Amino acid sequence: MLRFLLTRLSLVVPTFIGMTLLAFFLIRLVPGDPIETMAGERGIDPARHAALLKEYGLDRPVLVQYGIYIGRVLHGDLGKSMITQEPVLREFAALFPATIELALCAIVFALLLGIPAGIIAAVRRSSVFDHGVMGVSLTGYSMPIFWWGLLLILLFSVQLGWTPVSGRISVQYFIEPVTGFLTIDSLLSGEKGAFRSTVAHLILPTIVLGTQPLAIIARMTRSAMLEVLGEDYIRTARAKGLSALRVVAVHALRNALIPVITVIGLQVGVLFTGAILTETIFSWPGVGKWLIEAINRRDYPVLQGGVLLLGLIVMAVNLLVDVTYGIINPRIRRS
Amino acid sequence: MAGLLFVIAILLVAAFANVLAPYPPDLTDNAVFLKPPAWQAGGSWAYPLGTDAIGRDMLSRLIFGARLSLLIGIAVVALAIVVGIALGLVAGFFRGVTEIAIMRLMDVILTLPSLLLAIVIVAILGPGLMNAMLAVAVVVLPHYVRITRAAVITETSKDYVTAARACGAGRLRLMLSEVLPNCAAPLIVQASLGVSTAILDAAALGFLGLGAQPPASEWGTMLADAREFVLRAWWVVTFPGLMILLTVLAFNLLGDGLRDALDPKLKR
Repeated sequence: MLRFLLTRLSLVVPTFIGMTLLAFFLIRLVPGDPIETMAGERGIDPARHAALLKEYGLDRPVLVQYGIYIGRVLHGDLGKSMITQEPVLREFAALFPATIELALCAIVFALLLGIPAGIIAAVRRSSVFDHGVMGVSLTGYSMPIFWWGLLLILLFSVQLGWTPVSGRISVQYFIEPVTGFLTIDSLLSGEKGAFRSTVAHLILPTIVLGTQPLAIIARMTRSAMLEVLGEDYIRTARAKGLSALRVVAVHALRNALIPVITVIGLQVGVLFTGAILTETIFSWPGVGKWLIEAINRRDYPVLQGGVLLLGLIVMAVNLLVDVTYGIINPRIRRS
Repeated sequence: MAGLLFVIAILLVAAFANVLAPYPPDLTDNAVFLKPPAWQAGGSWAYPLGTDAIGRDMLSRLIFGARLSLLIGIAVVALAIVVGIALGLVAGFFRGVTEIAIMRLMDVILTLPSLLLAIVIVAILGPGLMNAMLAVAVVVLPHYVRITRAAVITETSKDYVTAARACGAGRLRLMLSEVLPNCAAPLIVQASLGVSTAILDAAALGFLGLGAQPPASEWGTMLADAREFVLRAWWVVTFPGLMILLTVLAFNLLGDGLRDALDPKLKR
């Protein structure tokens, strides 16, 4: 197990270096002089220009600059936003809970619908239900989610008036952030209606963000389940006279869930990609919307830091999934 | 089958866009702002799917949009497949440090959320259709590299490669005319599925204002333009997205079909 852990960890190092290189060169590849870009339209006088070059260390060799950058990153210093002058890490930390809250709701939504749908589709193979699930999941997988979001707003917010259009909570509530998760904070605040309002704001973004993972999880559960149901030990279980429910829910499901867990881990990337679009559509104040705004305002330190942080989080989750997988399935450890 | 038919249909629509479309895609008509589709009150058959906020015919824009979207999908996949095969072959043949360098780079690309990486590339290069296509091509590249490398490694251990090598075939010949043709099946499947990813990602970039720029009739860009009219004119929002969905769905169906046909092992 230790050997497996160490090999897996050693794979992380080059990926980390690659990501810091990408983030580092991000700013340097932008056409034009970074100081002039920061100064904007008004321009800057040569003395100040030279002073700023020195201040940011841009007058030194690129390799040295990279070394300095790595040193800073390892100390948790990701630079300051050019617009707000706030440290990038602090801005990220303030907005990240909103994205996590949304992503968690989305993945729970996807699991609650996707796993049962996949199981039933596999058990009733080639039935109308099976074809229905496969059709719907292929559609979900092909869905441009930015359009899906607009359609849901059109139907539920505009036509029916059931759900709010944007934001995390109605403006009349002011909730002091404790955990950063508004569903929890609104309950803690004890304010009447606040929790209801947060939930109402969560529904549509959850569906939009959860659609692609839902499609993928349903398909994966179905195919894993089909594979397991064809195994000899399932026939043995049936031959022992166990009820159909017990065979499926206890014997088959346990083994079928192993590949599904891997797929769930891989959804983190999908969720962050989706969060960028979902947050833009619903004006959800999370890191996705923050990054898009950073691009529009040419706030490169924010973009640089944000990309690095999101990349690191995905990397960490992938590592976690692999290790969990190694624990659940000893065959992986040995290979 | 349905996928193949729709793909052929959309290819024909794109090819004959100038014949099929009733108006040029950029023609504005001051008299008809946000006219609803023909079957709704206030609509007319002159504009079967209505008009947008500056009086352009929706149907014509959608038809010309097919051209743009297919171009994006095919160009992106072509670029990714050429570079991907080259890198995959090199990684599979030369092994060692070269292989490690290439595969680790691909791991970095795969680790970052796809759209995020595309956004970063566009942020560096500047928004626009060409840069968006380039960005999406980089994002989908690892799939082709991995598939090629895996196929090359399986194939090179087979007898026919040893035989060719014994006959004195050079490295380039081994790579291109012996091994590569035998790696084609998974690449074709991936390419077909890749077109759908490319169209979807490019449309997402267009929607975020980082892809094709207005007044281009790219479906994602059209949706971005239409966002502010979502409350007043459902048709400007509904149709472009529907076209994206149907096209992507068709390519996915085609890819699934090709996989079943070319790789019977995977068929269940």
